[in-house]
Amino acid sequence: MNSTKTDLTHYTLHLADTNLILTQRNGEWCGHGPILEQDIAITNITLDLIGQSRNFYQYAAAQIGGDTTEDSLAYFRKEREFKNLLLVEQQNGDWAQTITRQFFYSVYQYFLYERLQQSKDEQLAGISAKALKEVTYHVTWSSEWVIRLGDGTAESHDRMQKAIDELWRYTGEMFEPADYETAMIDDGIAPDPATLKESWMNKVTDVLGEATLAIPEKTFMQSGGKNGIHSEQLGYILTELQYVQRAYPGAEW
Amino acid sequence: MVNTETNTDKIRSLLETVSDPEIPVLSVIDLGIIRDIISNGDETEVIITPTYSGCPAMDAISMDIRLKLIEHGYKKIKITSVLSPPWTTDWMTEAGKRKLKEYGIAPPGNSALSAAVACPQCGSADTKLLSQFGSTSCKALYQCNDCKEPFDHFKCH
Repeated sequence: MNSTKTDLTHYTLHLADTNLILTQRNGEWCGHGPILEQDIAITNITLDLIGQSRNFYQYAAAQIGGDTTEDSLAYFRKEREFKNLLLVEQQNGDWAQTITRQFFYSVYQYFLYERLQQSKDEQLAGISAKALKEVTYHVTWSSEWVIRLGDGTAESHDRMQKAIDELWRYTGEMFEPADYETAMIDDGIAPDPATLKESWMNKVTDVLGEATLAIPEKTFMQSGGKNGIHSEQLGYILTELQYVQRAYPGAEW
Repeated sequence: MVNTETNTDKIRSLLETVSDPEIPVLSVIDLGIIRDIISNGDETEVIITPTYSGCPAMDAISMDIRLKLIEHGYKKIKITSVLSPPWTTDWMTEAGKRKLKEYGIAPPGNSALSAAVACPQCGSADTKLLSQFGSTSCKALYQCNDCKEPFDHFKCH
């Protein structure tokens, strides 16, 4: 065993945080979706994601022990302690940007969990196997939207291309292992994210091709989220997410 | 041991009266989320599995199971949630599927076969998917091309 208990906790938190932050972003659409059915769709996807993140937080809390709970992990950690991908904290922008963010992440999540369900860590494997069924729907839904908008009107096509060009720089990080991840790859707990890249690229290339959208030229890739180095966006998200618990610690509904 | 088995059966029939808060015609037994019932002296453990990771009904269901058992004199109750292997709609009982249909929700088919979703109102197989996501995590929204009625379909999962 090369990995330590701390590595496993950090990795579990990385999985939990990425889902939670995307949940908070998607939640901003609640009541504002372009049409009722899609408002319901994005919030349903969000509900799946928050359920998955709760499973990961509960597992992380059990590893840490003491007074730590899923809530204390979500509400009382600071920006630098959050290990979510940079992609998911980016602004909703228009519907095209939200769809692109969801599509890039859902495809990544699908290939990641497909491997993670074979993890030697039974709890991570169980959570992923359960989530994979849900993520399969998210991939279908977001792919259909990419195609509908990309191969739609000139306006929707331009907006999609702009969203892809804007968000592409945050996709490189998904395939770069953090230090806590590397130790667990050797132990068969986490898959090497670099090995997910080919499947991800193939799926994205297929869908963008059908949507008549172009894959951006070689771009400088931003990274840091996995290690707690975030864009300015995260602070604002946490301010809103954590406000009630920070102002009234322990408050319950 | 005979005594324990009878006790487990008794608990199982009590659980037949605990319904899904979102779809009240289905009991937790119909849903196929009861993995095991372990009765050991005065201790009772009910092992459940969630339908969807984020299904908000799961917390309510755990509480309802506990209350039902307390109501019938059970004291030491433990509700344990187990994720693996993941729940599938194949675990839903045939009675449950029938009740769903009578309630106006098209029941899930066999997950290994893909068949047309029949309209629960008129029975027509000529239906279309309006949205993969419906009023709860487990449902998709359909419309019948014959009778024109929109309806919920309990997704195959």
